[in-house]
Amino acid sequence: MEWTNTADVVVIGAGIQGTAISYYLKRRGVEKVVVLDKSTVCSGATGRCGAGIRAQWGTEMNCRLGLACVEKFEGLSQELGMDIGLNQSGYLMVAYQDKEWEQLQKNVTLQNRLGIASRVVNREEANEICPGLGAPDALGFTFHARDGHADPFLTTFAYHKRGRELGVIYHTGTTVTDIKVANGKVFGVVTDKGHIDAPVVINAAGGHSQFIASMAGVQLPLFSERHEIIITEPVDAGVCPPMLMSFSGNYYIQQRPHGSIIAGCSPAGHPQDYELGTSWQFLQQMTRTMLAVLPRTRGMRIVRQWSGLYNMSPDRQAVLGEADDVTGFFVSVGFSGHGFMFGPVTGEIIADLVVGREPEINVDMLHYRRFQLGELILEPAVV
Amino acid sequence: MERPSDKIIVCRCEEVTLGAVRQWIAEGYHTFDELKRILRVGMGPCQGRGCREIVLREIAAMTGKQMSDIPPGSFRPLTRPVKIGAIADDGGE
Repeated sequence: MEWTNTADVVVIGAGIQGTAISYYLKRRGVEKVVVLDKSTVCSGATGRCGAGIRAQWGTEMNCRLGLACVEKFEGLSQELGMDIGLNQSGYLMVAYQDKEWEQLQKNVTLQNRLGIASRVVNREEANEICPGLGAPDALGFTFHARDGHADPFLTTFAYHKRGRELGVIYHTGTTVTDIKVANGKVFGVVTDKGHIDAPVVINAAGGHSQFIASMAGVQLPLFSERHEIIITEPVDAGVCPPMLMSFSGNYYIQQRPHGSIIAGCSPAGHPQDYELGTSWQFLQQMTRTMLAVLPRTRGMRIVRQWSGLYNMSPDRQAVLGEADDVTGFFVSVGFSGHGFMFGPVTGEIIADLVVGREPEINVDMLHYRRFQLGELILEPAVV
Repeated sequence: MERPSDKIIVCRCEEVTLGAVRQWIAEGYHTFDELKRILRVGMGPCQGRGCREIVLREIAAMTGKQMSDIPPGSFRPLTRPVKIGAIADDGGE
């Protein structure tokens, strides 16, 4: 694509956020939308994630967003004209500790009040939902049948493909080196390929978003953690029908429709070195967890191991909206490991904010000024 | 335009045809890693040992570049598939 030096909107990052935001901007009639990525489409956190989609959250805001996401994903293949690999076979949450079990039950009460049909299930039901479930030391389970997972690659490429058909311009292999701000307004970006003048710049840079924000003089209290994950060879369907997830057990395990089982956990020590490395320690911890939770995986082979960045915010909720001191600079960051599932909904919300339309879900409380005001809304339900 | 060679399976693990690879290269996906993400080519048990060269050669042919100028894509552990039980049971800490 030929380089031009002006645009109406520049989006930094071609993961789920950037591809979705740019697509919804075109749908809202914005003329010239340019997406920049230092690597390729879906090369960062989105393409490395655990792929889950859930409405089982612990804060009202995340429950509302989560339910909207489940609904959005249900119609997304049709909306984008490409299969996004949706698999709705529920999340089975597993509690091992008294306090955690209390919290999960509280979450269900909150979720039910907000129209989410999650429920507490006993051991017998849990075994029906997931035959082969181990976890003999579990205290209780909750389940929501509409939760599930989708293919992060196909979802992102569907937004990318549809966006390009509508006229979104992508420049991959392009690194943003500076953001131009004057008189409290953003007016463009500088890259290693040249500059682009634009009255709106959107930070959708995932694990690197805090550095992009500081280029515009906006300091966000975010940091990025490396999380590791494994995938097995494809095996027969039904080995792990739901997404199995536990906060104290520290795992999520799911089986893709294709047959591979994906498993991840939160690493000890939360490395914040921005290295996308892999470790033997994780491999051993994760396989031991799998044997305890799903003993039937013993003879299955792991084919691949990788890692990605969680862009963490202080209260583990996303940071959305326009910067206070830099008009035209928007952020869609800090998803704390849940950017993929929220992306299709927050992408539309950010596009609404940019064109001055009232979004369907009010996200004012997710503005970063909450950190200055001390109004944190800590999300308890995060692995 | 369909070609007889389109039916050739280039990635035996994931059963990806040369035709599918060509279709997505024509859409503008010019790196092995992007094609891997879309088609799963190279994601199976052999980890691209069979298909990587073929896909890179096809990208080179269709974009008019030298094969040496096409990024080879990422290589991830494990070197070969290993059973979960074998890793979990290892006593080494």
